[in-house]
Amino acid sequence: MMNGTLSRKLLGSMCGISSRRLSFAQSAVNAVQKQKELIKSRELEKDELRPLYMDFQATTPMDPRVLDAMLPYQVNYYGNPHSRTHAYGWESETAMEKARKQVADLIGADPRETVFTSGATESQQYCVARFYKAKKTHIITTQTEHKCVLDSCRILEAEGFEVTYLPVKNNGLIDLKQLQETIRPDTSLVSIMTVNNEIGVKQPIKEIGHLCRSKNVFFHTDAAQAVGKIPINVNDWKVDLMSISGHKISGPKGVGALYVRRRPRVRIEPLQNGGGQERGLRSGTVPTPLVVGLGAACEIAQQELEYDHKCVTVLANRLVQKIVSEIPDVVKNGDPDQRYPGKIRLSNCLFFLKWESLLMALKDVALSSGSACTSASLEPSYVLRAIGADEDLAHSSIRFGIGRFTTEEDVDYTVEKCIQQVKRLREMSPLWEMVQEGIDLKSIKWTQH
Amino acid sequence: MQREKNYTEINMASCSRAQVISLYRMLMKESNKFTSYNYRTYTLRRVKDGFRENLHVDNPKTLDNLINQDRENLAVIKRQVSIGHLYSAQRNVVEKEPHL
Repeated sequence: MMNGTLSRKLLGSMCGISSRRLSFAQSAVNAVQKQKELIKSRELEKDELRPLYMDFQATTPMDPRVLDAMLPYQVNYYGNPHSRTHAYGWESETAMEKARKQVADLIGADPRETVFTSGATESQQYCVARFYKAKKTHIITTQTEHKCVLDSCRILEAEGFEVTYLPVKNNGLIDLKQLQETIRPDTSLVSIMTVNNEIGVKQPIKEIGHLCRSKNVFFHTDAAQAVGKIPINVNDWKVDLMSISGHKISGPKGVGALYVRRRPRVRIEPLQNGGGQERGLRSGTVPTPLVVGLGAACEIAQQELEYDHKCVTVLANRLVQKIVSEIPDVVKNGDPDQRYPGKIRLSNCLFFLKWESLLMALKDVALSSGSACTSASLEPSYVLRAIGADEDLAHSSIRFGIGRFTTEEDVDYTVEKCIQQVKRLREMSPLWEMVQEGIDLKSIKWTQH
Repeated sequence: MQREKNYTEINMASCSRAQVISLYRMLMKESNKFTSYNYRTYTLRRVKDGFRENLHVDNPKTLDNLINQDRENLAVIKRQVSIGHLYSAQRNVVEKEPHL
């Protein structure tokens, strides 16, 4: 391993002109590649300590009250809620309708407007991919949407729809004026997520909703990350379609809900055809235990909304302040005010030290660098690219998620480890020494070998 | 008559107070038995903060509702603690020593 001075001399002599046998840049990339292969998945051993969970955007632990509500329907009350002839069916149906009311109450909707699905992704399919095709064939969405929406839009483009991907400002918020100008007479749907899962910014949904209603355009919002965390009212916000995910609000995985407005009527095509359950929109047996869990999670979220918000804000501020005070050159992505405090994304200007190195070094803490569904790709997050983050910032960014179950000790432990590892890794990096001497890394011309 | 009324009121108040304290103690005792670090720390914190928040509730009806809710919560905690024991996993990195 080269020491600092030698590598600096090497870099200094390389700047601009010619060929040396081993480019440090090349060896740095090799080192990173080796580290890439080292983040291999493996199971924890029996006596190994479990890492600290700081990835609440990916999923959340199920609340014990939710599990308690679900278990009777897994053990004894196992009837099909659509069976109309016996007590098993009747009790399951009562539970299902109770859950429907709990979900509707959380978002300020009518129970008849809620449809249970298998998750937010399926709900999104109804809203975007299978949207009612009439004379209007223009759809507007943003560049920072969830992958499922972007993918559905891509498929719609192939079917003849025209999709506009609105850019976002540097703080992650969309420009309302730009949205107003983009809406055309043939626009049928606008789809914008409430709280972004990667950078945590909260879009001005109320203003967007009013704008869309005034222009007679349907408005869909992906509220998977926002439900239960910020107060939502679909009537105040003039939202026509909303996707809800169970496992993001301490509920069970594999269930979600879709809010479909009845007045004015929103028409969507069913994805699953069959017995006509769920108003004909989603046929198939409704999984009673899962929807009971979703309902319980929604009710708990509504009761605990203020308390959780207060706790999460305190912990998030603590985390950011501690890290920023100890490590210079750390950038927080996204708008500082219009955000949900529990989702923090920090870009550490580590220069050639990719997020994998830091995540590997922080092996006692379960963190991630981007959304779970895009984690298979090693490219930096498209959301960061959309907010205009530089290449090096995008590559060295990690995401901290704080939720209902995070404690002060968790935050302190994470911060301590993070600071320790970043300092250690930066000391090892000759590029960091160059930065400290005032050399602008962007002015270096790297040679190819 | 007035004196009797006052006497009953005081009696009721002290009954409720004893009930509340005993409920609080039981909740804390049961919450401490969770094997899962997340659930244990959350429940202990939530119970403490919840009782602190409702410290000055005077209305007997509200008090009764809260007490009944807490009795149900106690039952939930007891059940979930046993499930946690059946399906326990490794210790968390932040836990200083093995719990129970």
